[in-house]
Amino acid sequence: MTEKTDNPVRAYSSRTPSWWAPILAILWKDVLLESRTREMVMPILVFSFLVIVVFNFVIDPKPALVTAVAPGVLWVAFTFAGMLGLNRTFSMEKEHGGIEGLMMCPVGRDLIYLGKMLGTFFFILVVELIMLPVFAAIFNLPLFEPGLWLITVLATFGFATVGATFSAMAVNTRAREILLPILFFPIAVPVIIAATEATRAVLAGDSFGDYSRWLQLMAGFDVVFVVIAALTFDFVLGE
Amino acid sequence: MTGRLTLLGSSGVLMMLLLALIFLWVPTDIVLGISQRIFYFHVPMALVAFLAFGVVVVGSIGYLWKKSERMDALAYAAAEIGVLFTTLMLITGMLWAKPVWGVWWTWSPQLTTSLILWFIYTAYLMIRSYAPQGDQGARYGAVMGIIGFVDVPIVYMAAKWWRDVHPEAVVGPLADEGSLESKMVIAFLVGLLAFTTLFAYLLMERYTLRRQESLVERLRYSHV
Repeated sequence: MTEKTDNPVRAYSSRTPSWWAPILAILWKDVLLESRTREMVMPILVFSFLVIVVFNFVIDPKPALVTAVAPGVLWVAFTFAGMLGLNRTFSMEKEHGGIEGLMMCPVGRDLIYLGKMLGTFFFILVVELIMLPVFAAIFNLPLFEPGLWLITVLATFGFATVGATFSAMAVNTRAREILLPILFFPIAVPVIIAATEATRAVLAGDSFGDYSRWLQLMAGFDVVFVVIAALTFDFVLGE
Repeated sequence: MTGRLTLLGSSGVLMMLLLALIFLWVPTDIVLGISQRIFYFHVPMALVAFLAFGVVVVGSIGYLWKKSERMDALAYAAAEIGVLFTTLMLITGMLWAKPVWGVWWTWSPQLTTSLILWFIYTAYLMIRSYAPQGDQGARYGAVMGIIGFVDVPIVYMAAKWWRDVHPEAVVGPLADEGSLESKMVIAFLVGLLAFTTLFAYLLMERYTLRRQESLVERLRYSHV
């Protein structure tokens, strides 16, 4: 707040509010919280590393097998990592009544959704961008494939779009930790398929044109669900 | 009440007629043989399941729009029946696939989508039973109903392309399109009618029950 006033709400509404300011404020709040508590990125990072290591023992990827199994291993690890991140998205708001604070903000619920969604997207993406080189090193795969990074961004955004909504729902239910994956996985199936297949194509050295349809599918998923989730988030939060 | 009994009765009569047609009247398919007769159950159940999920999305949007509990009860009732018919469709499909394709299951786009459909609406029912009673659960269900409905075509497309990448040999011949004889068409239509009336009956019963459940719930909390 740059303006001096006793009432921050009035100060906010007296200006013409830009639609992105609340989104950035919520995103910044989450980044700040993470930088102080470190409850999200580090544990998820270690967890997804563990998943990759465990898979390495279970399937024993010999050099001839690596390109066949590596995409699957990578996306199982990333999906689970995303799952953990989504669990945190709203449970951390629930713990200290943060959700009530958010709901009292004089901004549209769609903007609250976008702020929380971008925060989740950002944290999961950070984990994945650190894990990609580790993964590439363990499986002796090419690291600097721009296609791989693009796939990761599109898929993670897709996870975050539906995931943030489901996270906000699951946090208010009984058995919330188990309910979130049950809601999330069936809806995320297209993204998981597309990301795995596109990764397989990249690692096999296919040209961009060969796997661009998977990218289009993920981009379509991202756009459709960010709109639907933003529109319906008002109903998820309730009064 | 009489309307409901009429529905139940006509569904029962149509089922009997359908069984008689399937076992005594319809010619055996030249290519697929005797096992093809399960289609008169399998296909109508699949279509009724899709109809049920269509009702779920209509009820969900209606609930969010009008805040009418009736719409929510309609969506919930349809979701339960849709999951029931999807389960039966998957089971009858597997029973047919084993002798004809030689496998219980194959990841064709239709089968994959049907299974994911089953998962989506099972998740719908679970969020309904684990969410807090009343308004909140209804809102969660409605959002899940809408997201799930939009997701289905995307799942189908992904499964179709995925199938292109992983071709799988199907053992045995596939049904030739457009080879339905007129007797087969009649039996199929009877099946469709039988299952649609059954669906209508179940939907009305479950809808009424659901309304009564929420009434009981409200009465219980109004005395606390």
